[in-house]
Amino acid sequence: MSRRLELRQVSKRFGDIDVLADITLHIEPGEFVSILGPSGAGKSTIFSLLTGGLEGHGGDVDFDGRPLADTRRPFAFMPQHDALMPWRTVIGNTALGLEVQGMSRKAARDKVAPLFGEFGLAGFEQKYPAQLSGGMRQRAALLRTVVQDRAMLLLDEPFGALDALTRTGMQRWLQTMWERHRWTVLLITHDVREAVFLSDRIYVLSGRPARVLREIAIPLPHPRKDLASPEASAIEADILDTLLDPQPAQRT
Amino acid sequence: MSQPFSAAPRIATLFAKIGPALLSVGTLVLAWELYARISRISPTTLPAPSRVLAQAIQQRQALFDNTVPTISATLAGFACSLAVAFILSVLIDFFKPLRRALFPVFIISQTLPLVAIAPLVVLWFGFGLTPKIMLVALVTFFPMLVALVQGYESIDRDISALLSSMGASRMRIFLLARLPSSLPYFFAGLRISITYAVVGAIFAEYAGAAKGLGIYMLNAKNNFRPDLMLAAVLVSALLTLALFAATVLIQRAAAPWERLEGARKP
Repeated sequence: MSRRLELRQVSKRFGDIDVLADITLHIEPGEFVSILGPSGAGKSTIFSLLTGGLEGHGGDVDFDGRPLADTRRPFAFMPQHDALMPWRTVIGNTALGLEVQGMSRKAARDKVAPLFGEFGLAGFEQKYPAQLSGGMRQRAALLRTVVQDRAMLLLDEPFGALDALTRTGMQRWLQTMWERHRWTVLLITHDVREAVFLSDRIYVLSGRPARVLREIAIPLPHPRKDLASPEASAIEADILDTLLDPQPAQRT
Repeated sequence: MSQPFSAAPRIATLFAKIGPALLSVGTLVLAWELYARISRISPTTLPAPSRVLAQAIQQRQALFDNTVPTISATLAGFACSLAVAFILSVLIDFFKPLRRALFPVFIISQTLPLVAIAPLVVLWFGFGLTPKIMLVALVTFFPMLVALVQGYESIDRDISALLSSMGASRMRIFLLARLPSSLPYFFAGLRISITYAVVGAIFAEYAGAAKGLGIYMLNAKNNFRPDLMLAAVLVSALLTLALFAATVLIQRAAAPWERLEGARKP
């Protein structure tokens, strides 16, 4: 089985600042993988390299066994803040990616419209983003991302700006959605509990310059209902130890 | 949200909005009227507002005939200035060095004193509409250009990153994101320049014209008729207010989401 995405010893410098030192990771098709690391560690830089926002890096990036440069935009990207356009209605925002792909405005909206119910946005098609709650905005942004039918989703701290209660609700919702659709997801987060709850595997990054400290498989069965089961809590505590006290001995 | 269809609360809201303005303007006019009456100052020095209004009504045909050319000059000049500002702003957005090349020239153009430049433009281009259009364009062009260029720059960087991750071209990003982001800036610039535009047109006429509010004011001054002069001022003020209100209405129609956003205005 070929790996969907593979990064080998990827590094990146801005001027004389090393941002990424040595990033080696991979994602299988249908897998939910998280990149967990402290703020400002360069997690978003990895996404910028993947989406073409940044150019030039050390190491190799392969997608489905071929160099990423030879592929045609295999990622659907969801930026840190929802990045909804205030001047577009919700349906206009969610259809944006399809329109950019060259679909007509009407065809794009026809394709998005049936998904509004599943994303908890039914009845809000013609509203503006300013009229939505924080959770709804994130669901709209996620709908805009998945409707593009790309081979892989890149989610950059999708729930970072939400209040704690809404965030927990959104994590459960995303978990249910993923179990139903089995998207291939690479998630960036600094929320340990979120990573443990949602992921099949987690890569723990160090502070800048970022390198992979650990790779942790989460063997918890699906469907997952409880964010704080005893098994999950044990893994969480272990990861927190790594993040807060990254001794060389643990780096293996 | 649309309000329930009943007139009373709407009128009350309207009053709450324009009431303070009416009150302040009313107080000023009243104080002026009282002073003119009590001090018995000569009407050829300071005419009372009631006299100005009476003269304005009496002279309404002449005032109207002189307002029409001023409106044409204002609107034509402003339209030219908008078109040129838009085209240049797009060029600057796509080709940044142009900004450094052109902005100094435009900034210098804004330092030219109208008192000097207006007679010169009339001297070069005659008493027709052309010099008025040019002067209106001169005073309104740069604020509009700055507003547009800044508006494009105000794009949310997450939105541009998102669009390029989707594979949108530079042109696509401009049309889908940079242009709509500039709307609040554009309208802020529009509201400022439209007030300059009327003043610019009147100044151009003052420097030489067959008809117009500017030449009407000049004649009133030469005939020692401050009441007629102030009547013309009243008309130009109403004209500016009407144009200002028009920009507000256009903005509401063109950018309905802004009123939902509340805070996000430059």
